[in-house]
Amino acid sequence: MATIAVPRPGEYRRPVVLEWLTTVDHKKLGILYLYFTMFFFAVGGILALLVRTQLAVADNDFVDNHAYNQIFTMHASAMLFLFIIPIWAAFGNYVVPLQIGAADMAFPRINALSFWLLPPAGLLMFAGFLVDGGSAAAGWTAYSPLARTMGTGMDLWIIAVVLLGISSTIGAANFLVTMLRMRAPGMTLFRMPVFCWNIFVTSLLQLLATPVLASALAMLYIDRNFGGSFFDPNGGGNAVLWQNVFWFYSHPAVYIMILPGMGIVSEILPVFSRKPLFGYKAFVFATLGIGGLGFSVWAHHMFTTGAVLKPFFGFMTFMIGVPTGVKIFNWLATMWRGSISFEPPMLFAIGFVSMFLIGGINGTFSAAVPVDFAIHDTYFVVAHIHYVLFGGSVFAVFGGLYYWFPKIFGRRLSDSLGNAQFVLMFIGFNLAFFPMHLLGLDGMPRRIATYNNTDWEFLNMLSTTGAFLIAVSMIPFLMAVVKAFMSPADQPNDPWQGNTLEWYTSSPPPVHNFDDLPEIHSERPLFDLRHGTTGGH
Amino acid sequence: MAAYGVAVPHKKQLSNGMLGFILFLASEVMFFGGLFAAYFIARADAPEWPPESLLTAEQLARGVELHLELPLTLIATILLVLSSVTIQLAVMQIGKGRRSGMVWWLFISIVLGVVFLAMQMYDYSQLPFGSGDTVFGTTFYTLTGFHGAHVAGGVIFMLVVLVRGLGGQFSSEHHEAVEACSFYWHFVDIVWIALFTTLYIVG
Ligand code: HEM
Ligand SMILES: [Cu+2]
Repeated sequence: MATIAVPRPGEYRRPVVLEWLTTVDHKKLGILYLYFTMFFFAVGGILALLVRTQLAVADNDFVDNHAYNQIFTMHASAMLFLFIIPIWAAFGNYVVPLQIGAADMAFPRINALSFWLLPPAGLLMFAGFLVDGGSAAAGWTAYSPLARTMGTGMDLWIIAVVLLGISSTIGAANFLVTMLRMRAPGMTLFRMPVFCWNIFVTSLLQLLATPVLASALAMLYIDRNFGGSFFDPNGGGNAVLWQNVFWFYSHPAVYIMILPGMGIVSEILPVFSRKPLFGYKAFVFATLGIGGLGFSVWAHHMFTTGAVLKPFFGFMTFMIGVPTGVKIFNWLATMWRGSISFEPPMLFAIGFVSMFLIGGINGTFSAAVPVDFAIHDTYFVVAHIHYVLFGGSVFAVFGGLYYWFPKIFGRRLSDSLGNAQFVLMFIGFNLAFFPMHLLGLDGMPRRIATYNNTDWEFLNMLSTTGAFLIAVSMIPFLMAVVKAFMSPADQPNDPWQGNTLEWYTSSPPPVHNFDDLPEIHSERPLFDLRHGTTGGH
Repeated sequence: MAAYGVAVPHKKQLSNGMLGFILFLASEVMFFGGLFAAYFIARADAPEWPPESLLTAEQLARGVELHLELPLTLIATILLVLSSVTIQLAVMQIGKGRRSGMVWWLFISIVLGVVFLAMQMYDYSQLPFGSGDTVFGTTFYTLTGFHGAHVAGGVIFMLVVLVRGLGGQFSSEHHEAVEACSFYWHFVDIVWIALFTTLYIVG
């Protein structure tokens, strides 16, 4: 064989700024995604604190009605569209190619495009605060007639969400092709790590659901700017039409926001229990099942034009119940008799599982009272949403950050600061959101700028205290990050005794990811390397 | 061993690019699916179709009428279906290594696409209702408008492929862009057939 000196990719140096602005490396893009989304987590968090400050006491006039509507709308929009959904792409970008032993994503330049659609979208959405009439204020669900008649901020919101939708649609196609086509030799689909599977199913949902949201947004835009009548009863349109098409997207979106979190937790639990994941295949099928349900229940929104929203939460919880049950069982079985070590990633993962149990239980509760849709527009819903999205997704985010930080930056976040963050966040979280259940049962409506029932004051004050405690819990986190960046990048390849391929290469990995790869006989090649192959799939 | 820059013999498998492109088309199908769903829901809810009774006195005074022009659109439809055939011929030509044949068929497809767009524009200018005239007008212009935008996108795609073809970038083995372009064009064509059936025949 003739030896040809193949230039090693990435050996030429470029000015740092230019390099980051033009990079197509999945790792760098993943890091950019991470910075971007964490920034909007902070923004969304500040808006949440404003909301909680306003609601702390009855008859408060810290902000007026109009400002309140903008703030809570932008809180939800930032948290969903600019934080949770894209942060999964951050982890996906960084981790998926490494876990499947690939050198990069299938389409690196499209990957860069996916990221670079985000900053203009974030700017546009928040530019709403600068225009006449303020930002979008119709809730993240943008219901008509409100959304039809509101000021220009709503148009900016629509354009922003469409851009974000394009980003996640092409990103999803990229992830799918990457996982279908770029896996290392030996890594069959059923040896793909569970995190990858979760990103896989999430991508499928995104690919097929997000365009439907785009179509709904296009209709709203046409109604607002070209005299359209989609949602206008006078022209034969119908506000329920919006809800139909919107829930087409938003039903699967619930899974889009939680599945990757489940994937992260499923990576962490085995590693810190020193056992393989219990029931890998069942887990994969449960994930696929959730994806499948995400599609099939679309129909119930289609054919029940009048009463769409009533059964939504009930249906959703009921549907997600079975495969989620399988997953929770697998997580518990994985920890069962493992030699568990309680480092921060594990703490957050356990936090996720326990919050998810509660979210599941109170979800089942709301599903068990389908006739009483009184709770559906109360703070019970807000509590439920946050148990899933904060107790679930956000805990998984931090678990993933502590877990992969050494890989991404070659530095480890302090354990003691991580523990402190976890304790503060866990207490703050429950303090902030548990009282909302009670408020909801007591009939406090959601999306109100203030209330005059002083019976609700105590619980609201508790909730606000919890919210500020969550904010305080970010201090140890930031300290841990600063401390890590001030220490040398000295992390070994595999600081946690991980199971998957990303731990085989250096921390951080070289531009081309791997110099060589081990043999792959299961979804946990590194576990096999340490313990010998223990019956792969 | 395969070295960089040396073509590896084809396995009978879609390339990554083609697979990604098909996934992209799937998302496009869902986009139009959303628009179609809106149309059918609006239609199911309307008192009658077209919903003439919803027209206001002001709209009637402006001479608004809710009906479509079949003959012109039928011709446009036939041309668009024809263009699907011609672009397939372009793919077949390059498959046999005939570059100039490909260029000619592509050129004809582009002309057909442009004529379709021109006819649509003309139709728009003649129709007795606008996008604001009841949900009938809104759905009509939205659905056909988004389709028209996709036709325009397809024409640009074909132009790019044409220029690359003139530059000699394709051969009987390497002409993936031509194939992707034809996929896209067939997709646009199929959407139109669905639209035409829904709006003109069923409607
Ligand atoms: C510091 C943490 C947070 C606090 C204190 C907080 C507080 C609140 C409050 C009080 C509301 C209700 C506003 C109203 O109905 O008037 C709300 C709504 C909402 N929040 Fe949060 N939130 C936090 C974090 C998050 C996170 C991390 C997410 C998502 C990832 C999120 C997603 C939402 C959504 C989607 C809504 C809208 C609910 C609806 O449809 O009415 N929040 N938040
Ligand atoms: Cu649903």
